Amino acid sequence: MNTLALNRLLIIAAGALSLILSLFITAADGAIYQQQPIWLALIPLLLLGGWFAMSLLTDLGEQAAPGLARRALNLAVPALFAGLLLALWQLIVTGFGVPQVLLPAPSTIGATFFAQLQTLAQDFAQTWLKAVLAGWLIGCGSGFIVALLIDRSPFLQKGLLPIGNIMSSIPIVGIAPIMVMWFGFDWESKAAVVVVMTFFPMLVNTLAGLHASDHLHLNLLHTYAGNRRQTLWYVQLPAALPFIFNALKLNSTLALIGAIVAEFFGTPIVGMGFRISTEVGRMNMDMVWATILVAALAGSISYGLLALLERKLTFWHPSTRSAG
Amino acid sequence: MFKSLRNSQAAALSLMVAVLLVIWYIGALWLNSDLLINGYERRNIDWNFSQLVADAYSMQRPLLPTPDQIGAELYKSIFDTRIDSKRSLVFHAGITLSSTLLGFALGGLLGILLAVGIVHNRTLERSLMPWVITSQTIPILAIAPMIIVVLGALNFTGVLPKAIISMYLSFFPVTIGMVKGLRAPDKLHMELLATYSANTTQLFWKLRWPSALPYLFASLKIAIAAALVGAIVGELPTGAQGGLGARLLSGSYYGQTVQIWAALIVAAVLGASLVALVGVLERRINRRMGIAA
Repeated sequence: MNTLALNRLLIIAAGALSLILSLFITAADGAIYQQQPIWLALIPLLLLGGWFAMSLLTDLGEQAAPGLARRALNLAVPALFAGLLLALWQLIVTGFGVPQVLLPAPSTIGATFFAQLQTLAQDFAQTWLKAVLAGWLIGCGSGFIVALLIDRSPFLQKGLLPIGNIMSSIPIVGIAPIMVMWFGFDWESKAAVVVVMTFFPMLVNTLAGLHASDHLHLNLLHTYAGNRRQTLWYVQLPAALPFIFNALKLNSTLALIGAIVAEFFGTPIVGMGFRISTEVGRMNMDMVWATILVAALAGSISYGLLALLERKLTFWHPSTRSAG
Repeated sequence: MFKSLRNSQAAALSLMVAVLLVIWYIGALWLNSDLLINGYERRNIDWNFSQLVADAYSMQRPLLPTPDQIGAELYKSIFDTRIDSKRSLVFHAGITLSSTLLGFALGGLLGILLAVGIVHNRTLERSLMPWVITSQTIPILAIAPMIIVVLGALNFTGVLPKAIISMYLSFFPVTIGMVKGLRAPDKLHMELLATYSANTTQLFWKLRWPSALPYLFASLKIAIAAALVGAIVGELPTGAQGGLGARLLSGSYYGQTVQIWAALIVAAVLGASLVALVGVLERRINRRMGIAA
């Protein structure tokens, strides 16, 4: 048993060593893999080491007592996986001398990201702070309000729900050119696209959530002589929260996509979609990827914040409780 | 009689559609009249309301075309043009459909493979699962045009680049659904197979896979709609090559609103029928497997 663990550690150490060596070699000499393919042999070695390290961390994470150490170990596995992927990307791009135009190395993208921080911040403000946020708030808000309004009318629901379901199978981003025509080139047209994209998921999910309340709870409120407003506030809305947060999270991604795609159809000379489309035209791929990095960060962080808020508000829900 | 009407789905739906159509016509009049009134005043023409209505509903490039204009354009570009003509929407829909289906097939396969790996290996689960979720918070659609352009620079054009984008969008729901589905079997059934000393392969084919099928189909419905969106957005930068997305872009460049709306309607019909098709397949397979649907 002990020798097995030792072997594992040896393989991991060999992997780490070959990773460092490979990074060093490729950084020192461009396109080294084409001149001396022998160095390629290090790549399987480092992948093997990475795999063993990940499985070791997984085991450790399962054995560790619940607490900070366990949480850190559980985070370390996906972090290691991403690091390995990035390293592989870096090695292949620099080692084979892949042209910039095709795929820039992660190190180049990082350097551009920090060098162009100001431009990227302006684009972010135009696209995210104006179009995405406004559209997301209006779209989700109106979807929520309409759902509350038609919750008590089965007739309206029967009419609107099929339309909402059909809308979910329709590529709504296609309305972007029309919205640009109606609302002009600035962020209002992007916000309009986002409103349309986020409205129906919110409506459908909120309606489903309002119907998900327990019959016993509804009857209880009835025996307390609770009126409609109280029933909504104390029973229906709390039960609908998981559904609502589902829609909010889904919409946060949809909103970013909608705004960026809408910018392909016409913008002022600022914005993430504008940056992507012009820098592609100028073959500045590192700038394009830096913009994508911003978009990815914005998307992941807003998703994460919403998930955090959901945990705080739906602490009673089984799916939150079981996660500890 | 009135009560039964109130309870019928068809009545509710048709009333809703009728209301939407009325709003549409009023909206078209409202949006288009500004432009027309401007034109009348510039040319010093006397105008009255009925003339305004007539003109608003028959503009060449209206801000909002009426449903009957869109219908006429649809009829013209579907039935009155040869299918292999560049003006035919069937031709463009065919291009979009081919990359949608290829991307959907690749994405479904990738999704299932990932799910199988995640269910059977703890390390894979720990390392992959967070990134599968993160991958969807990255607005990949936004970089879709870039991928197309880059691959195009490599002389790598045609269906495959667009299909890759569709694949990226459609693998996610399949993975999430299948991980849930492959873990769905009843604990008693799992233990029964364990007492039969079934190995992992047998356990997979005899228990996990059948019990995951309902989840698979629910995911596939989402995935095929996502694949269509991916294909359309992927076509945006490939202007000349055709497809519904290219049709949208050229319509927007030349202010051909009727053309945009016609392409949108075709996309909507395509999306709805693809989802319905998966539904039909689901019911068939359910029936063959003895699950009453």
